[in-house]
Parts: sequence; structure tokens; C-alpha cells
Amino acid sequence: MIGLRLYLAQRLSAFLMAPLVIGHIATMIYAVQNGLTASEILDRTQGSLWWGAFYGLFVGAVSVHAAIGLRAIAFETLNLPVRWLNPLTWTVGMVLALLGGRAVAAVVF
Amino acid sequence: MREAAEALDVKVWRGNAHGGGYRSYSVPAQESQTVLDVVTWIQQHAEPTLTYRFACRVGMCGSCAMMVNGEPRWTCRTHVRRVLDGKRLEIAPLRNLPVIKDLATDMAEFFDKWTGAEGVFHPTATRKDAIAPISPADPMRQLANEAVECINCAVCYSACDTVTANPSYLGPAALNRAWTLQNDERDGAYAPRLRAVSADGGCFNCHSHQSCLTYCPNDLNPTASIAGLKRLSSTSFLRRGRTR
Amino acid sequence: MKAKHNRDPLRIASLIHRISGLALALFLPLHFYVLGLALNDAARLDTFLRWTDYPLVKLAEAVLVLLLSLHLFGGLRLLALEFLPWSPRQKAYAAIAAALSFFVSIGFFLSAV
Repeated sequence: MIGLRLYLAQRLSAFLMAPLVIGHIATMIYAVQNGLTASEILDRTQGSLWWGAFYGLFVGAVSVHAAIGLRAIAFETLNLPVRWLNPLTWTVGMVLALLGGRAVAAVVF
Repeated sequence: MREAAEALDVKVWRGNAHGGGYRSYSVPAQESQTVLDVVTWIQQHAEPTLTYRFACRVGMCGSCAMMVNGEPRWTCRTHVRRVLDGKRLEIAPLRNLPVIKDLATDMAEFFDKWTGAEGVFHPTATRKDAIAPISPADPMRQLANEAVECINCAVCYSACDTVTANPSYLGPAALNRAWTLQNDERDGAYAPRLRAVSADGGCFNCHSHQSCLTYCPNDLNPTASIAGLKRLSSTSFLRRGRTR
Repeated sequence: MKAKHNRDPLRIASLIHRISGLALALFLPLHFYVLGLALNDAARLDTFLRWTDYPLVKLAEAVLVLLLSLHLFGGLRLLALEFLPWSPRQKAYAAIAAALSFFVSIGFFLSAV
């Protein structure tokens, strides 16, 4: 059950994330080479405005995108009643944004 | 000619809104036999109370669609030899629509969605006006032409998984018609139709599985029409800020 | 609908998009939680990251990269379908998306081990 606004939010967040995901995968392949350590990750990210903006934008977009995607699954596959869809969408989006924001803060500041 | 003794093993769904099941019939095979021929043979020779719907028998009226071996087909133009599974033929009422009796479904919701999507021409001229000159080479007219040969048979509606999962979804046929009208410059309901197709049950629910174009007997592409509606609605919203 | 329809490549592509999206959405809270460990104490993050030295965990990570790639490339196909002029070659594009995803995730795995 999605109308114009949710559709646009879903597709715009997808457009935004396409280059971010490619960057994320490239970083993972590069970073995983000699095993993952906290210091290696934090050396790269701490105090970096660039990585802060990258992951901040990523978290915002994925919160929107995943919330709307889960809404479609909840309605179409789990037959969740329509009146629960908006609360579900907002809850998923908020929880992901908060957890994701905390994670970005943890590795950047 | 095939041997008259050769018989098809036909199962036909019999029942009503409260339930039902398959019954088996042995139907003589014939050369150039259509699925509708088989159903008609059963009604005339074995099961006089069998209910089904047809009219033109030449693929124009769109009333004889049924599930044939699990897939939606226009039965009057579907040759038995093209869909036969060994000697087995299983015929059932269209999916995604409520059954009235046997092979006849209640098409009310299908046509309600047709009007719900504003799949209706809204004239802007009167009979006193000159006929609008529209060039066949006009790009909008060509877009409309590609999608216009719909016969309302509901095969696409029956093939659509999104309709199954989301009963309020307008479905491929209604949205395809809306797309042809958005490309008809004589029509006067562009804005209300855009609102109708971008509402909660509208074009944005389409997941582009493309079952509609896989099964459309007239080789139309409702998925492309729906993608066109998505673009029209999105750009209109982004340009003007609001849709309503 | 019958088996032939269930095996339609574009319906499988849609199912893969949905399952990969669901799995990624469920994985995200864990991912964010683990990174959030560094907020108070980088050592706690390190303790957790030792897990990633196990080959089985590396394989699981490669599966996550596969899911992410499938969702990315499959999603790009859908964006192109919706926002570009129609192309009839959707099955070929879906196959290319799947091939790219395996290429990327195998690349990740080889880089990890």
C-alpha cells in the first residue's frame, strides 16, 4: 500500500544509496584484507568530515528505504492491517535512524 | 485428421462462491480444437448445467478467459495442442476474481477498478466541434497506440501477483487504459486521472514482475504503461510541488 | 499458478530482491549495534571483531556482501525499468545483475581469506 510520497521516498533513497553502496562494498573489500581491527576502522573514520557525511547520509537513506520496504512485506506477505502500516513504517525508520546515528557517532567522533 | 477415438483427459472446476472442486470429463480430440470448443463440448454432451462465459469466439470481446493448466488464457483463441500437458487439460475460473458459478467469475471489482483508475474518456469537445486532427506520427498518439488494443479480458489481472497480494491494487488492465488516456490529447481529465492512479492502490504498487505482458493475449505491455504512469506522476509532483 | 510461471526469471528476481532486502534490514540493527560499541570503548569493538577472523564468519560476511550486491544491482535494474524508456531485455539485465553480484561477493571473500 504505497502512494506517491512513499514511492518517491523509496526511489530517491535508492538513487542516493546506489553510489554509497558501491563505495561501501569497495571499502569493505579494501579494509578486510588484513583482518578487521577497531583501530584500523577508527583511524580511517575518526574526525573525518568526509566519512561522517558518507555514513550519515547512508544511515538516513537506508532508514527511509528499509522502512518502506518492510511496510510492503508486512502488508503484502504478512497481511498486516492497513491501520498498522504507518506506525510500523515510522517505528522501523526511527529505530534504524537512531541506531545508525549512534553507530556513525561512535566511529566518527 | 486425428482418430476420433483419441480422447482428452479434461478436468473442469465446478462450484460456486462457497467452494467446489474438479470433475473429470473425457472429451474427443479434434483437429484445430480450441479450449473453448472443449468447454462447449462438455456443456453440450456431458454437463448441461456447466456455466461459462463467451460471446464472439474470435478474440475480440474478452469474455471467455479462464485458467488453463494453471495459466490465464483467452480460451477461444487458445488451441488445445498448444497447452495440452500430455493428454491432460485442467480448466478453472480466472484467478484473483470471486467465482459466481463454475467457470464464470464476478468481474465487478475488475470493472470498478477500471473506472477507479479513471479509465474513462472525458471528452473536451461537443458534436458541433470539428474532429480533432491527430497525426498518427504524433509521439503521444504512438504511445497510446502501443497500449490501446485491450479487450478487457482480465487475463493480466488474473496473472498479476501484486493483485493477489494486495486486493486494493488497481491492476494492470485499468492502469494500462489510464496510460492510453493520459496520451490522448482530446481527453480532459489528465489531472484527476493522475491523482487516481497515484493514490494508495495505484501504479506505485506495481513490482514489475511482468506477468501481465507475459500473458496478455494481444501482446500489450501493461508493465511499460504502468512505468510510464509512475514517471508522469513523479515528474508532475516534483515539478509542481504538490499533486492535490 | 503453475510451476512454469513460478520459474519465471523475473518473478525469481523479484523474490530475490525482497528476500535480500528483508535480510539486510534485519541485519542492520546488529551491524549498527556492533559499531556503536566503539562509542564508549574501542576495546569492546575489538573483542567483537575477533569473531571475524573465523573462516565461517568470513563466509557469512561474503553472503551478506552477496545479498547487498544482489539488492544493489537488482535495484538498479528496477530504477532503469521505471525511469528510462522501456527495454525488452529485462531477463538479460537480471542475469547480468546476478552475475555481477556473485563476482563482487567472491571478490570480497578472496580478499578476506
